[in-house]
Amino acid sequence: MISFNSVNVAFDGRTVLENLSLELREQRIGIIGWNGSGKSTFSRLINGLQSPTSGSVTVAGLDTTKDGGKVRRKVGFVFQNPDNQIVYPIVKEDIAFGLKGLKLPKEERDHRIQQIFDQYQLSHLRERLTHQLSGGEKQMIALMGVLVMQPDIIILDEPTTLLDLRNKARLMETVNSLPQQILMVTHDLELLDGFDRVLMFHEGRLYQDGSPPDVIKTYREISLSC
Amino acid sequence: MLTLYVPRNSWLHRLPAGAKFLALIGVGTAIFWVPNIEIMAGVALISCLLFASAKIPLMKVYDQLKPAFWALLIIFLAQWYLEGLEYAGYVTLRFTALILLASLLTLTTRSDAMIAVIEKALRPFDRWISVEKVSLAFSLTLRFIPLMRSVTAEVREAQKARGLDRSLIALMIPVIIRTLKTATEVGEAVEARMVDND
Repeated sequence: MISFNSVNVAFDGRTVLENLSLELREQRIGIIGWNGSGKSTFSRLINGLQSPTSGSVTVAGLDTTKDGGKVRRKVGFVFQNPDNQIVYPIVKEDIAFGLKGLKLPKEERDHRIQQIFDQYQLSHLRERLTHQLSGGEKQMIALMGVLVMQPDIIILDEPTTLLDLRNKARLMETVNSLPQQILMVTHDLELLDGFDRVLMFHEGRLYQDGSPPDVIKTYREISLSC
Repeated sequence: MLTLYVPRNSWLHRLPAGAKFLALIGVGTAIFWVPNIEIMAGVALISCLLFASAKIPLMKVYDQLKPAFWALLIIFLAQWYLEGLEYAGYVTLRFTALILLASLLTLTTRSDAMIAVIEKALRPFDRWISVEKVSLAFSLTLRFIPLMRSVTAEVREAQKARGLDRSLIALMIPVIIRTLKTATEVGEAVEARMVDND
């Protein structure tokens, strides 16, 4: 379970997120809001990429500020631009990157890597140079680099922004099939079909929290009235 | 460097990366003991022949030397002025052979094999240095050469569309800003993917 306890975040004296307290237990949670509304800051607080100015965030009882390394074992993060997430020049090396920190035996590491390639039928990309992949392939590799760590929670920060329709559908099919708890930051409201809960942020505050139809309706109404 | 690797089925490609590294270090050191220009010319010629035996087109020899042309020319002219024509030829041939041999290593060795060799070579020093971090830094360098190249090409194209293709400032400022932004995001991604940093 993810808990926000009276969380405030400020940069250079400017409040980015204000007095946030909530618990996240649902399997599929969408996060929406206009640019600069605080939704990315919110998602980054969950795996300790961002620390609260005051208050605390816990994941399965672990404080994200004090236990950052342990929290990151539980929370995987897929960034908007896979080019900035893929750090190794060869696909298989990049998939193996996070596993190095787990200090697993080599056999277990190799097994996990092969399993993930087989599961998503991407073995043909194994030896490829990462910069030569298509946008869709890069985003899949970025996701696989997270999945191979077997996290309990996966945060996706606008993962489909740079993808065409076909690759977007493929990525979402994969995401929807995952057993993990998913939190997805998105501007693409269609992706939230079937989600359990949606949080809408506005000017650093949690503006609405509820079922997808209700929250999306409010979001559309406010967007059209501006 | 990343895009230099030329996949071929040759004995040099099959040779372990560690052996090639050691050979380069050995030959690169021994080359400074070569006494005269005739033998040095022979070394440079053998370097060229190694390209052929690795089934790498000889055009690649030219590609490797082209970026170093002006540096080699300056070395040649300076040595000619200071030590005479023969010595200038000797020194220039020495650097040419070194560049060719080093290129041969990168042309016939995949980047992951080179990174593995660096990790292995540094392993005895892991009490003093973080082998993983050095290896990561090396990988990131290789990874971001093509990325930076594409950023520069994108910015150049955008500025060309605005009629600013001759302005160095119009090219450099967006490239620098995007590079810094990318560096921040990559740092965050690395942090998010590293689980043992506590």
